[in-house]
Order: sequence, then structure tokens, then C-alpha cells
Amino acid sequence: MNSLAVELVAQIGLAGLAILAALLLPERKRALWCGLFVSGVGILGVLAGIASLSGVSGRIKIPLALPIPPMVFEPNHLGALFMIVVGAVGAVSSIFAIGYAHGQANSRTAWIALALFLAAMQLVPASADVISFLLMWELMAISSTVLVLTEYRQRNQVRSAALWYAVMTQLSFIMLILGFAILAKKSGSTSFASMSGMNTNSASSSLAFVALILGFATKAGIVPMHIWLPRAHPEAPSHVSALMSAAMVKMGVYGAILVATELLPGGHPWWGLLVLILGALSALYGILQASVAVDLKRLLAYSTTENVGLMFLALGAALLMRAYGLAQVADYALASCLLLVIAHAAFKTLLFLGAGAVLKATGEGDLDKLGGLGARMPVTSATFAIGALGAAALPVTAGFVGEWVLFQALIHGAKPADRLLAVVMPLSVAVVALTAGLALMTFVKAFGIAFLGRPRSAGAADAHESGAWMQAAMAIGAVSVVVLGLVPGRLGIQTALNLTRDSVGIASMSGLNLEKISALLDPVALFLLGVVVLVPVLAKSFAAARRSPRRRVDLAWGSGGMRMSPRMQYTATSYAEPLSRIFDDVLKPERDIVVTHSAESQYLVERVRFRQQVIDIFEYRFYVPVLRRLDRMGISARKVQNGRIQIYLLYSFAALVIVLIVASL
Amino acid sequence: MKTGAVLISLLQIIVMILLTPFLIGLMRQVRNRLEGRVGPGVGQPWRDLRKLFAKEPLRAPGTSWIQAGGPVLLMVSSLSVCALVPLISTVQSRLIPGDLFVVVSVLLLGTVALALVGLDAGTAFGGMGSSRHMTIAALVEPTVLVAVFALSVPIGSSALGDIVRARIADPSSIISLVSLLALVALGIATIAETSRMPVDNPATHLELTMIHEAMVLESSGRDLAWLELGSWLRLGALLGLIGSLLLPWGMATEPKPLAVLLGLAMLGAKLFVLASLLSVTEVFLAKLRLFRVPELLAGSFVLALLAVIASYILEAR
Repeated sequence: MNSLAVELVAQIGLAGLAILAALLLPERKRALWCGLFVSGVGILGVLAGIASLSGVSGRIKIPLALPIPPMVFEPNHLGALFMIVVGAVGAVSSIFAIGYAHGQANSRTAWIALALFLAAMQLVPASADVISFLLMWELMAISSTVLVLTEYRQRNQVRSAALWYAVMTQLSFIMLILGFAILAKKSGSTSFASMSGMNTNSASSSLAFVALILGFATKAGIVPMHIWLPRAHPEAPSHVSALMSAAMVKMGVYGAILVATELLPGGHPWWGLLVLILGALSALYGILQASVAVDLKRLLAYSTTENVGLMFLALGAALLMRAYGLAQVADYALASCLLLVIAHAAFKTLLFLGAGAVLKATGEGDLDKLGGLGARMPVTSATFAIGALGAAALPVTAGFVGEWVLFQALIHGAKPADRLLAVVMPLSVAVVALTAGLALMTFVKAFGIAFLGRPRSAGAADAHESGAWMQAAMAIGAVSVVVLGLVPGRLGIQTALNLTRDSVGIASMSGLNLEKISALLDPVALFLLGVVVLVPVLAKSFAAARRSPRRRVDLAWGSGGMRMSPRMQYTATSYAEPLSRIFDDVLKPERDIVVTHSAESQYLVERVRFRQQVIDIFEYRFYVPVLRRLDRMGISARKVQNGRIQIYLLYSFAALVIVLIVASL
Repeated sequence: MKTGAVLISLLQIIVMILLTPFLIGLMRQVRNRLEGRVGPGVGQPWRDLRKLFAKEPLRAPGTSWIQAGGPVLLMVSSLSVCALVPLISTVQSRLIPGDLFVVVSVLLLGTVALALVGLDAGTAFGGMGSSRHMTIAALVEPTVLVAVFALSVPIGSSALGDIVRARIADPSSIISLVSLLALVALGIATIAETSRMPVDNPATHLELTMIHEAMVLESSGRDLAWLELGSWLRLGALLGLIGSLLLPWGMATEPKPLAVLLGLAMLGAKLFVLASLLSVTEVFLAKLRLFRVPELLAGSFVLALLAVIASYILEAR
């Protein structure tokens, strides 16, 4: 057994310890020990990933009691990268959970499910064959369903959210079984090694590709299968939302990359186009919904759809470029996909943890009731601001680097005068740019409305900074967002090396150098430039401050000599009002305006009540009609189930006859 | 070569700081004269700045560090853009090439700072301006990036220095269809991003139509001074960029003192012409209704997209 195998075994052992601790320890000690053990699972995952990336190979086999081959776990380069991502997210989230988990989130069930969830999620990318992949996938799905259900006693919506989630995740599982079954039949084995590089010309390959991509896309929250995300994320405890959004949906991305680059590489151009269109649609729709969302966690959930959409767009572009013989640029697109995965894991963990801290301190997740938290929760607000910068892809954060590489790949991806690429690539640039613009607006709104201004509710006015464990977790997240943005060099090369070898170089200060398309980015130098111009500005400010210090006044600009009430501030709803009006056709917001007139005269208005709700058109136009039809089919099927025993006996007799006939053929 | 590039960036920053207040003064003066008023002279913005730096900033209860930090961040963003965009010379540092996506992102950092300042005080006007400003910024971004895409396709690089250098080498490419479409799109985007007519009226304090002014309403003293100077610098840098793309002649291609001096003179001349032109057109335009602005931006986006597609078709031929 070498170090990698030891780390994998130790991971399973630590997960077991966490389960044991959850079972045996009393409630007040449970959070600390379980949290530490679970974060240990994550840290070991990171170590195992790093070991595998640096060339150590190792495997563990777990025999099953069934007459099928044993489960084999042997992470390859791609899987190792995702193990690091999942492990890091898991470690930070469980540190946060030590301070955050209370009530039902601190129950035995919740901690056991969390340990199982993280361990399973680590073993999905480590799996070397289909059976272990699917078993771990299902364990991950079930344990996360339990976690979504954690707070079912507090709110009624939790149950319906968990139901949506369970159904969608099982649909995804069925698609995966279908796709993998086709591939296993064709290759005659269940190990990924023997399945890799399969012939892509037959119709069955196309069917397998579509089934697998749709299955993974469902898990990744891609439109139109995204509807579970904005329901499940707000209802789950925040550390679980962070894990699900920053790590679990990445398993969908991992699966898609695995299928598209290793199992079925070199497919038809329309395969790439399919992935690209799915991604572009998700990116635009996700960010549009996020920009008008008023619930903080719902906003973050839709933003996840957007980010995963960008990853799929990058993957699709890479496949398309490969199909047209642009291997180099395709590699850059793929590298940008992985950089986006890493960046998104960092900032989305941070943002969900920040949302959790806000939720715990104020009891409000509704942006329209928050405000002024910056002064009351300085650490949370500073870290959330950094996360928001990352999500808006501004320099110098991790998100910026990923999008920069994606842009470079896209504008160089259409060199030969091919009609399809000449239309697809500029449109993709436009989609990414519009997405980036709307993301900017979304996160200015999320940060500005929640943390700036004055409190809009009593809960927000009484908020206090969160505990030390939670602050520590958010600080780690914030540091990693900035560091990943400042020093993308090593990381970029490591990700590129996995897939492409020597296409990405290091520029002088750990910057990224895309040699073949002569593009270069050095965030450290950019940061230094910022510092250089900052110094004289600050010097001038301080010099001016010595002569004329800041003066506190009660009324800066009262517009008529009266301090305005906090209710007159712009809210999240009004902030997004211009956008929801511009994109009215897509968003279809429902507005209720009720005007109450005064009793004396109908020309005098006593009260105006305004309510707005933005619905998800996919849910209402597609899922609800389908569900209604299914319901109707179920009702009509009741006729055969009428409760008479004679009829039932007849059914079993008929079934037996049919089986006998089929068997004799 | 390396120190040359750094010195040129530094020079660009200093020149822009000195020049842009006069540029704004010039634009106001041109407008005043055309509307039949005497006007305060081109030096007025400088006098305003000096006055604002001497005044004490007021702080309302409930405001946070954003009130002082936002203006500084806007300045950092604007000054960095001045250093990154080729204004005097096409020579660029190898470390920080004026890559278009980088320039746009740095610019957006300033946009965000401005929008947060608007939200900080917790007043209705600030939020209103911030919301409108961000909406327009979100819609402008696709236009800018696609326009730049069109310009970078024939050259195969998104570094602004390379694009301008290729234009000096082959001046006929400036009046090609691709370039003209892209420049018109870029011009509209600049107007929208810097809050000029017909998107926003820079002279207004008429409360319900303002965008930029609404955000800076609560700032005073040096905060306001930084906000004003930062916004002017953005306008100056973007006008300078359009000038470099439209009339690249005279820009220094090597870091030699004489060439740089010529570039400097040309920059002044280009900014003078473009600013006067912008100001004259503004006199003849009425402000658009806010919800007509997306139509204008959609139009400019279509132009940019046409430019890209044209660039492929022309290249194929």
C-alpha cells in the first residue's frame, strides 16, 4: 500500500469515526468532534488528490458480496483535481458547521448524512469502474436528500424541496445507468480504462453520449433540469448548501468532462454544439433569474446554474473546436472549464457560508428585509464582499482568471473560415459577456442591499457577528478566492498538464501564458499596478484628512430636512426593477398592486400594497403540465386496481402465462 | 525596453490627470457657448477639485467604509485603465499587456465602486442611480467585448497595443467595414458607460432622470473630488482609446523621447477634437427615456455582431 491508498483508506476510516462520534457523543460535544472528523475527511481528500496529481498511483479494492467485480478506487489526473476541489470545500464547510449547526442540523442523522455525503463525493471521482462510480453516486444522492430534509420541522417548503430534489436526482441516475449500460455492453467491461476512447460513429454511441450528458447535466443544475436547485439550496442548512452547490454539482461537470474527453473523445460536432447550447442557455437564464431574485440563497442557487452553464459552455466550445481540428485552442477552453470549476468552488462556498452567517444572525434570508449588516458583521461583510467580487469575475480574484482564459479561447477559436464556428464563437462571447455584466449587477445587489444602507427589519438591526469557527471558515474561503486569483500560474499549468501538456506556460510572476495564441495574464503585476496608483491617492486623501477631518452629521442630505425612513431605501426588488422590465418576456414577473382608497373619497389613496413574484417559466410551462398529466394517468390507472381479489389473481395468472411464453421462445 | 514601457505608463497616468479636468472644462465651455452662455472657462473643473479637497467630508449615520473607500477604488480603477490603454505609445509592458478583457474588467471595478457608493448611504436616490447604472453597465458589456472581438480577429490578438500597431502599419484597415462598425458600437458603449447624452445628462440635477449624479449625491469633500476626477478619467481614457483606434498616427512605436513627445502632442490634439465633437453632438441630442436606452444598446450590439461576422466573411474572401 502506498501513500495514496493509505489516504483513501484513512478517509473511509475518518468518515466512520465521524459516524461513531455522531452516534455516541452527547449533543453539545457532537458538533465539535463530528465537524473536525468530517473536515479531516476533506483534508485527506485534498492530500490524496495532490498525491495523485504529483504522479503517485495507488488503488484500493473493496470486494462486494454480489457476484460482480470488486469496487476499485484509483483516481486519475482528472479525478484527482475534483477530489481536491471537493475535499477543500468539504473541509471548510464542516469547520463552518461546527459553529453553525444547531437544532436539527446538529442531530445524529444530519451529521451521519454529512459524513457519508462527503466521503461518497470524494469517492465518485476516485472510482475506476462504472459499478463503484454508480454506487458512490447513489450514496451521494441519498445522503444529500437526507441533508436537504434536515429542517423539515421548521418549514413546510422543505418537504416539497426534498421531493423535487429526490426525483430529479433519481432521474439523473436512471439516465446515467442507461448511458453506462450502453458503453459497458459495447466494450464488454465495466472499468473506465477499457471503456476509454471508444468508437463514436455508431448511433448507440450518440445515444449513450446524450443520455450521459443529460444525466450529468441534471446533477449539475443545467437548464431545463435546474429546477431542483433554487428549491433545495434555500431549504438546506447553509453548510450543506455550500457543499451541494460548490462541490456536488461539480460531480456533474466531472462526469461530463469524463464522458466527453476520455470515454467518447472525438465525437460529432453536434455533440459539442449540444453541450455548448445547454451551457449558454443555463448561463443566461440562471443569471437573469439570479439578478431578480430577492432571497439570498435562491439568488446564489441560480448563480450556480449560471456558473455551471459557463463551464458547460467552455466544455462544449472545446469539443466543437476539437471536432474542427483546433486542438490547441480547444485545450485552452478545457483548461478554462477547469479553472472555472476551481474558482466557483472557492467563491460559492464562501458566499453560501456568508449567507448562512447572515441567516443565523438575523433570521432573515430575504434581501428586502436585510441592510446595514456591514457595520454589525464586519468579518462576514468583508469576506462576502471578496466572494461577490469573485462571483462577478472582477480582478484580481479566481473567477476573473477563469473567464479571461475562456474569452481568449473563444476569440481564437474561429480562425479557419468555417461558417458554424464564425457564428457560434462570437455569439458565445456575447453570451459570456452579457452573463458577466448581469453577474456584476446581481452581486452588487446582493452585497449592497444586504450589507450597506440601513437595516430594513428588526432582525437586521439586532444582528451580531458570528462565532469564531464560522469566521475562520469564511476567512479561509476569502483568502483562497484571492490567492487563486493572484497566483493562477501553477494551478493553471497543473490543470492544463492533466489534459493537454505544455500548452499553458508560466509568465514571470506566476501569471498565465497561453503561448500558442500569444495571450498573457499576470494578476500579480496587475495587482502591483493597482497598489502603485493607490499610494498617491491615499497620500492625497490623508493629507486632506489632516486639514479637514470627516465630520459626523445627523442629516447629510435629507431632501427636505427630514431623515428618510429605512423603508424608503431601494430594496432588492426595486434594484432589479429596470432589468425585470427589460427582460419581461423571459422572466414574466407577477405583480399585484392593491390600492386601498380612503373612506371619504375614492380620489384619496390610503394604502398601496405591492407584491411581486418571479416564477420559473420552465417549472410552470413544462414541469407542472407534465406532472398534471402524470397525475391524470395515475388516476385512470386506478381502474385496474379495484381491490377485488379475483381480479388480482387473474393478473398474476396472466403475468405467469406471459413469462412462460416469453421464456419458451 | 522594459523601463521604457513602465515610464510611458507612468507618463500616461500623469498626463491624463493633468489633462482630463481641462477636457471636461472644454466640453462644458463648448456647450455653454453653443447654447449662448458665457461659461466659466476651461479651468473651472480644476478649481472645483481644489475647492472640494479643502472641504470637510460629511458623514451621515449608517454609512460604512465604502463612503471613503469607494471613491479611492474608483480612482485606482481609472488610473490603472489610463496606464493600460495605449494613449501616447503602442509600447506596452510585457507583464501587463493592455489586454482588452483586462481593461474592461478593471473599468468594471470602478463601475462597481461607484454603484456601492450609491447604495451606501441608504437613500432612495442613491439606490435609484446605482440600480440604473448597473443595468446599463450590464447591457453595455456584451457590446464592448464583441466590438473588441471584431477588432482583434484580423490581428489574432486582443492586446490593444498590437491592434493599434497593426493599424499604423496598415491604415486602410481603419476605414474597413469591420473597423467602422466596431468603432461606432464602441462609441455608443463609451457614451453609455460614462453617463453622457443621450443616456444620461451630465449637467442635470433634476432628480428623477439622473443616473450618475444620483449616486454621488451623498458624497462631499474629498470623496466627491475623487468620484468626479475618477469619472472624468474614465471618460478621458475611453475617448483616448477611440482616438488611438481611429487616428493612430503620431503614436510612439518605440520608447524614444522625441517620439513620445510627438505622441503626447497628438494625444492632446485627438482628445481636443473628440471632446469638442462629443460636446457639439450633445447639444443637439435630447436625453432618451430610461427604457429606450436598452434599444440603443441593442442597436449598438447588433452593429458589433455584424462587425465580427463581416470580419470572417472578408477574411474568407
